[in-house]
Amino acid sequence: MEMIRSVEEAFVREIPPFNIGDTLRINVRVVEGDKERIQPFEGVVIARRGSGIKETIMLRKVSYGVGVERIFPLHSPVIEKIKVVRRGDVRRAKLYYLRQKKGKAAKVKEKEIFRR
Amino acid sequence: MTGILGRKLGMTQVFDDRGNVIPVTVIEAGPCSVVQVKTRDKDGYDAVQIGFDEIRKDKRVTRPMAGHFKKAGVSFFRVLREFPMAELKVGDVITVERFQKGDRVTASGISKGKGFQGVMKRHGYGGGPGSHGSMFNRAPGSIGASSFPSRVWKNKGLPGRMGRRKVTIRNLAVVDVRPEQNLILIKGAVPGPRGAYLELRKEG
Repeated sequence: MEMIRSVEEAFVREIPPFNIGDTLRINVRVVEGDKERIQPFEGVVIARRGSGIKETIMLRKVSYGVGVERIFPLHSPVIEKIKVVRRGDVRRAKLYYLRQKKGKAAKVKEKEIFRR
Repeated sequence: MTGILGRKLGMTQVFDDRGNVIPVTVIEAGPCSVVQVKTRDKDGYDAVQIGFDEIRKDKRVTRPMAGHFKKAGVSFFRVLREFPMAELKVGDVITVERFQKGDRVTASGISKGKGFQGVMKRHGYGGGPGSHGSMFNRAPGSIGASSFPSRVWKNKGLPGRMGRRKVTIRNLAVVDVRPEQNLILIKGAVPGPRGAYLELRKEG
């Protein structure tokens, strides 16, 4: 078991803390031919599953009226950077109900952070 | 040919340089010592016998086996296997360094035992409808004709014990080799449960 962990550890990366419902902007490395460029993907985290190297997140956004969902392996080298854009206030771990909602109902409330 | 013995540690996944996810089996392979060299003159064929998984307690080794190991001047091992390898002497050590990234290997091992299974799982029979009043669900159906041959043909697939047999998978890609940990990473699955012994072979 420890040996397998040692294999996985080489690939594990630093992930900024975030929660379900947060809006993330992920800079994705895209290789086209021999050129590489960065393509951002911004969406709401609607699911997070797995642990260790196998951990993935599902982001959802509505692009030109079409719902787009993308699953990222969290530790993938394709991810250049993860930035938390907005904190969401949600009460469940999987936000699949957002798929059925349209317009304003599909919005995740922003979490208010109270500071002393 | 190069052969080595190993132990399946389990599966995980790694990323390649393009960010693709590759499923891998982690195998602890070697170090294996050559226990005996078989020659055409003496044994009728050429091979080397190698041992893997050292036994530290002498008590667990029968006296004939202990003699066999002592003669070779190596420690005691749990598994002994023969491979047709050349240019090796008794006492030589085989490590994973003989394998490298990109090699194609063959893996043999004992598959997981499935117990007594029916024909659908064991032989892929179609079975019958699950509902609509059907009373023919998972049965094998007819197992042969009538007056000729008046018996069931040999090798007719019938229920019985499944699994726990030797399975060989060829053309598996070596994803990575880590000599300092005696680890070898192979793309895809190999036979057996975690902890199972495996034979790895490479041509050339």
